[in-house]
Amino acid sequence: MITLEHIYWLMGAMMAGVSIVNARDSSNPRRINNAAFWGIYAMTFFVGSYISDLASGVLLIGMVIAASVRGLGQGKGEANSREEREASAKRWGNKLFIPALTIPLVTVLGTLAFKRITFHGSSLVDVKQVTVISLALATIVALAIGMSMLRPPLLAPIREARRLLDAVGWAAVLPQMLAALGALFALAGVGTVVSGIAQRWIPLDHPIAVVTTYAIGMAVFTMIMGNAFAAFPVMTAGIGLPLIVHKFGGDPTVMAAIGMLSGFCGTLMTPMAANYNIVPTALLELPDENAVIKVQIPTALLLLGANILLMNFLVFRH
Amino acid sequence: MFSLIGVVIVVVGFVLRINPLLVVTVAGLATGLAGGLGPLEVVAAFGKAFITSRYVAIVWLVLPVIGLLEHAGLKERARVVVARLHSATTSRVLLAYFAIRQITAALGLTSLGGHPQMVRPLIAPMAEGAAENRYGELPQEIRHRIRANAAAADNVALFFGEDIFIAIGSILLIRGFLDQNGIHVEPTDLAIWAIPTAVCALIIHCTRLLLLERRLRRELTKKATNP
Repeated sequence: MITLEHIYWLMGAMMAGVSIVNARDSSNPRRINNAAFWGIYAMTFFVGSYISDLASGVLLIGMVIAASVRGLGQGKGEANSREEREASAKRWGNKLFIPALTIPLVTVLGTLAFKRITFHGSSLVDVKQVTVISLALATIVALAIGMSMLRPPLLAPIREARRLLDAVGWAAVLPQMLAALGALFALAGVGTVVSGIAQRWIPLDHPIAVVTTYAIGMAVFTMIMGNAFAAFPVMTAGIGLPLIVHKFGGDPTVMAAIGMLSGFCGTLMTPMAANYNIVPTALLELPDENAVIKVQIPTALLLLGANILLMNFLVFRH
Repeated sequence: MFSLIGVVIVVVGFVLRINPLLVVTVAGLATGLAGGLGPLEVVAAFGKAFITSRYVAIVWLVLPVIGLLEHAGLKERARVVVARLHSATTSRVLLAYFAIRQITAALGLTSLGGHPQMVRPLIAPMAEGAAENRYGELPQEIRHRIRANAAAADNVALFFGEDIFIAIGSILLIRGFLDQNGIHVEPTDLAIWAIPTAVCALIIHCTRLLLLERRLRRELTKKATNP
């Protein structure tokens, strides 16, 4: 059976390759930092499942030091010129889209198929992780097609990976760090403190006030935690269930569905949701790391207002 | 109250633009200490949570093949294809992507999009190419604005499409949480009540994309007439 562990070996191999290419690149003044950062990250994938929690924590702090002391850098002069790429684009034409579109197609097919395929009674892949495993397998298929089509030097994929990863830099690891921070917040009981504050300071004796507080609370708490999944249990246990459902007789299905979507409005407005809001600015080479959030804020606020109205109308509809 | 120290550190750190990796680490360590853990316990808890969250990073596996294709001119080709569609505009490209992304996400096909695999190599160059085609060479600031809009279209369409699919993580979470509290809800009902918000998201964001086109036209044609 293919499990996440196998995919982690692949991630480890890629990160180790990125680290080695960086270590040998004398055009990057910070190459030691880069090599250490991606090298330690590679180790977390290779041995993370087997070492103690404390050892993992030490590796993590090592990565943060490598990224913070003088910071990460970037090598020079590996990307080809626009003219070269235009000539190559002319040569290959629409064939270039084949490997690119292979990734989503194989991911979707894999997600649908692997749930059904069994071999001697056991699944081919770990069913709980079928989407990420399918994505990883899809990248291998796409890479194989791309390599056989373009016939670049054998090490080209790893050099390209390192060019893109160094362009993204520490932001590549930020979503994972924030997920870990969320776990620590939960451990320290940050959620109960926040919902306690909401209950103490906001007038909650009118249904409209309660619904509005719940929806805005979901958005704000999601902005703090970076994740609506962390906000939902806290806000719903603190305000939603006791007040909207039990005190005012609201419909829990409507409340939960629209409450979660109010949280998603918060996700659009926070740098804490790094994989949606910060990573794209790095990937798209935008100088302002809040550029995507700034575009999203008007939609998020209008939609939060729409959610408050919808919940007021729908939750007490009978 | 002390457990909120992590939240304060994160807000201050982001406002002062200190390296977020450092900010998050300090916030995590401070939160753990404030929550009553010993120093070594905090480091261990942080390490454990980091290792359990490794699956978040798997999307980076697309980089070798995306980089290879970019080297071979994928973005340039995407621009050329859009340039040949004479009716293509930045907002039409993004509207079409938004609609496809939201509908496929509602059918559970959330992995059909994404920033590294779709937005960077295909959607952003297409949206830029459509504007270039209409208005000629673009100022850098406009290029950046179009790219940010491409990323935002992916996010909004995904968030307010996926909740219509009954087996998505958020619906499972809602159901599990309400079950623990003695309330039983059907996933299909949760999915149905996500539809009104999804329609509002479609209307609001698509209107904003149309306004984006008007703004681009105003700014870029003015520039062309008064150099």
